[in-house]
Amino acid sequence: MADLKKKRMLTDKIFKVIFLIFISLGLVVLAALIYDIVSKGMVMLDWEFFTRFDSRFPEKAGIKAGLFGTIYVIGLMIPITFFVGTATAIYLEEYAPKNKLTDLIKLNIANLAGIPSIIYGMLGLGVFVRYLNMGRSVLAGALTLSLLVLPVVIVSAQEALKSVPDSLRNASYALGANHWHTVYKVVLPSALPSILTGFILAISRAIGETAPLIMMGALTFVMFTPQGIMDSFTVIPIQIFNWTSLPKVEFELVAASGSLLLLILLFILNGLATFIRYKYSRK
Amino acid sequence: MSNQKVLEIKNVDFFYDDFQALENITMDVEKNKVTALIGPSGCGKSTFLRTINRMNDLIEGARLEGDILFDGESIYQENVDVVNLRKRIGMVFQQPNPFPKSIFENVAYGPKIHGVTDKAELEEIVVESLKGAALYDEVKDRLDTSALSLSGGQQQRLCIARALAVKPEVLLMDEPASALDPVATAKIEDLIEELKDNYSIVIVTHSMQQAARVSDLTGFFLMGELVEYDKTNKIFENPADQRTEDYITGRFG
Repeated sequence: MADLKKKRMLTDKIFKVIFLIFISLGLVVLAALIYDIVSKGMVMLDWEFFTRFDSRFPEKAGIKAGLFGTIYVIGLMIPITFFVGTATAIYLEEYAPKNKLTDLIKLNIANLAGIPSIIYGMLGLGVFVRYLNMGRSVLAGALTLSLLVLPVVIVSAQEALKSVPDSLRNASYALGANHWHTVYKVVLPSALPSILTGFILAISRAIGETAPLIMMGALTFVMFTPQGIMDSFTVIPIQIFNWTSLPKVEFELVAASGSLLLLILLFILNGLATFIRYKYSRK
Repeated sequence: MSNQKVLEIKNVDFFYDDFQALENITMDVEKNKVTALIGPSGCGKSTFLRTINRMNDLIEGARLEGDILFDGESIYQENVDVVNLRKRIGMVFQQPNPFPKSIFENVAYGPKIHGVTDKAELEEIVVESLKGAALYDEVKDRLDTSALSLSGGQQQRLCIARALAVKPEVLLMDEPASALDPVATAKIEDLIEELKDNYSIVIVTHSMQQAARVSDLTGFFLMGELVEYDKTNKIFENPADQRTEDYITGRFG
């Protein structure tokens, strides 16, 4: 008996240590990366960095084009993704007949979330840039990124809607509410915090995406900010990617500054998502 | 006047896909009376309750045969407006299920979706309904706080107020006190006593004492059948069917 107990406690300890090692590994790598980016990124970072365009000279290179490009593309993508994503999820969870076809569609949407982002870039190039003649514009970029994150947005919105208890729907129906009233006044308000959390996390993924936008032909060296949705553009991660590929070593520091900016943007967005979740889960 | 029929249930069979949940139910529900439905778990009493306001429509594969007349008119015809039906036949559920909104908004929800927009009118309905559910005095100073901050018993009375706000004629209650403590249960029972002056009430209950305390008529369900339906004191003192007697004396269920 005592032996058994000892053995159990030992196993317990061993596993605890193993898990601790793994989580430390992750945290150490993360800390090292952040330290590297911050220490290198701070060297060239000043206010001018945000107000200058790119340049052949590292000390004169700035992120303005990328920053504005990102703001334009993401700004346009947010409403498109939110409405299409939420509406799709509402249809699938609240309206679609429960049959094999619906299940198949749901399954495929979940699968789409796993497709490499560069495939979406090719799709964007083929459909938006070429076929629909949008050119390599902000609009085409926003639509491509929308496609990329929509599966994630839809799936997380579906989960949010599913988590609204049926008892609330029943209460609404029993008062004589019709389907739309029930969805709009009862289900959506309850699910909105979760929908928003998933949505913001998906947006922060889109902000960091490089491959699909390069694929669809976003520019790498840009000396202007977009003036409208049909203008060409670049985004922060492409700018960073471009700098890292340049021969002059100082560009490594410029790239680090860009990464730092990107990192801060992502922190803010993730913070916002956490805040929303925290605020509403306490209610 | 008494013995006026508000609901006439005629030979109702009810199926979930192939499973028959109700078998040939026939009974009349009298106006301004409390009708209790008792029986062991799974006997079909809740299913039956939900056929009266057609909540079973929401369940896929559910099918009803026979007919139910409300105020002399069938509620299972093609042209029946379910929205209007549920407005006239309110429902209170087993678990208190207030919306995660303010107390005021919970009660105002029904009138609002049925087109009341005037603020003063809404306020009047809310106050009146809360008074009707014997909750007003407890919450009058905090109508805009979240309904979820109320106790379970208060939440259930809020759900009753919410149902009253659309001015129904019939109130269906599906074990309204089963999730509540004895004090809150007593309050709900007192409330039912008061409500029957203005509403016809059908209440499903697990507790036979509760049925005996609050109801005028009692129906005993067993395996999807209505075994016996009569005046409550007759059912409890001198049941006609052996199975009813076995159940109320605690021999099974």
